Amino acid sequence: MRDQVAAGERAIAAPARRARRARKGGTTTAPYLLLVPAALFLAIFFVWPMVQALLLSVRGEHGGFTTANFHRMTGDTYFWPAVRYTLLFIVVILPCQLALALAMALLLQADLKGKGFFLYIWAIPLAISDLASGIVWLAIFSPNGFLNSILHGLGLEENPFPFLTLEHPVSRFLCIVIAETWRATSLVMIILLAGIQVIPKDYAEAAEVFGATAWQRLRYVTLPLLRPSLQVALILRTLAAFQVFAIILALVGRTVPVLAEEAYNWSAVLTNNYIAAAYAVVILVVSIAVTIVYLRALRVRDEQQGL
Amino acid sequence: MAEINIQTVRKTFIGSKQPAVNDIDLTVANSEFMVLLGPSGCGKTTLLRMIAGLEYPDSGSILIGGRDVTDLPPRSRGIAMVFQSYAVFPHMTVYDNIAFGLRMHHASKSEISRKVERAADLLQLTPYLKRFSAQLSGGQRQRVAVARAIVMEPSVLLMDEPLSNLDALLRLNFRSELKKLVQEIKTTTIYVTHDQVEALSLGDRIAVMRDGEIVQCGTPMEIYSNPATEFIGGFIGNPPMNFLHGLLQRQNGRARVTVGDHVLEAPTTLAAHDGATVIVGIRAENIQAALQSVPDALAARAEVIEPVGSHMLITAVVGDQRVKVLTRADFPVETNGSLWLQPEWDKLRWFDPETHREIAAK
Repeated sequence: MRDQVAAGERAIAAPARRARRARKGGTTTAPYLLLVPAALFLAIFFVWPMVQALLLSVRGEHGGFTTANFHRMTGDTYFWPAVRYTLLFIVVILPCQLALALAMALLLQADLKGKGFFLYIWAIPLAISDLASGIVWLAIFSPNGFLNSILHGLGLEENPFPFLTLEHPVSRFLCIVIAETWRATSLVMIILLAGIQVIPKDYAEAAEVFGATAWQRLRYVTLPLLRPSLQVALILRTLAAFQVFAIILALVGRTVPVLAEEAYNWSAVLTNNYIAAAYAVVILVVSIAVTIVYLRALRVRDEQQGL
Repeated sequence: MAEINIQTVRKTFIGSKQPAVNDIDLTVANSEFMVLLGPSGCGKTTLLRMIAGLEYPDSGSILIGGRDVTDLPPRSRGIAMVFQSYAVFPHMTVYDNIAFGLRMHHASKSEISRKVERAADLLQLTPYLKRFSAQLSGGQRQRVAVARAIVMEPSVLLMDEPLSNLDALLRLNFRSELKKLVQEIKTTTIYVTHDQVEALSLGDRIAVMRDGEIVQCGTPMEIYSNPATEFIGGFIGNPPMNFLHGLLQRQNGRARVTVGDHVLEAPTTLAAHDGATVIVGIRAENIQAALQSVPDALAARAEVIEPVGSHMLITAVVGDQRVKVLTRADFPVETNGSLWLQPEWDKLRWFDPETHREIAAK
């Protein structure tokens, strides 16, 4: 009798269990199903070309694996200057961008009149392509460009100054720094502004009440709390800086070589995809290495989060 | 420790017609615990923030210890503040949070560690000094916020609804602890709250605010038993003060107020208001309830009976008006049963229905 009752309970319970299992099953497969389209997209358009590039870089023209492509790449006259210039631009431009973007974001966060207007103006470069902005700056810096016209008009200069030529490497370098800073600072600014806006005002006010000056509030409260945003901005900007190319091509051509430009040149002009792939691999490896360094150095420990 | 003088301070926020703080005068004595009490939007927090230096008044001046601080930044005012959200820095340990103010004022390392340890000890935070804010409970975070303030040994301690984010039991415990702490350190304190129980239990004096003005300022008992306006009587105390409308008439030089079918004896000073409607205020605990008819008592019906543990709360109907009455817990009344209510005559308060202000005292 008792067994019968128990069996009956089991019979009643079974559908419920099945329903529970089905629900459980539903919750575990659905997220994966939803991930499939994005994963497919990334696999086809990013992972596959990356693998192909890796393979290309270690293949010889007549098949078989070889390191010859890398030897030829490093032996090229342009390779080491390209490495040097790429790193130099990162070292010089990135701090400028960060400092400028932080100042701009802080200004926008302060309750000033017309801050909406400035936000739009400062965000304009976001909407302009690298090449277009390169051409805009060329129109400014070229011998008969806007800057020379203004200097001449002010009577500061008799003859136009060739800012972008080989004879003036410093001014040429600075022109690129200015153009690239102008082009890419707004992205950093937007990221930092978003980060600043989620920091509750109370922290800065508490710091103020407890005696912190404006500088100390920035140094000890705002910047540490902004670390996640700084991390994102730094990673995005550094990765982009390894690929910087069009703006330099437009301003000075190959007289200032950078890595991405060399990759392009080998592929498009010299039609040697093996060497171009070797460049791409170098850029990839360095990018990954730098990202890991940033993630480690700026890591926010779990217990320190809690905005 | 210092006296605070607030002199006709006014502040209107941009885009608002009503001033948030409307020409307020207030003096807080040295070592006094002053509570600013009022509903949200009454200007209490704005007033506190102006004392802190986080807002600047449009006009008027603020003196701390006789020194005009109206235009000084917060750091030069000798104040410390506990924020409603605690604002405990998440990227610093408890120790660094408490030490923050001392570091900003360039205290020596040994002085910092001595004072931080003492403050941590006072607030029972010693075992948590190395933890981060996210590893603390709400109550512990609150303690860090208080420790960070008192470690400064400020001349004025400002607190903005410090208990409002704690759960009920924690709030009750921390309230008494806070009172003990502030009594020990004897710092002039201004405490903002919208919770009348907190105000009554903590304050040496309470300033009740409404619409940017201080409506009444006095000791908790003064404010509880002699509310200056109908609003205060209704805002303070749980249950709020009862208000009954009645007609005042002069009879043989004496004043009588008719409430429903009953006549209440009013002070003779009210006789001048012959023929006017007045509001009679009486607290629930100042009404004696009886089950049998008593001479001069108001006949009523017990509409709702709510046992609240220590007492019984009865909502009684007198004519067409409702009255809350507190009786002892075992008072044998039944729902819809008859009641006779006898107010304590000396506890009756009289208000003008036009101005809502008290007409005459006792």
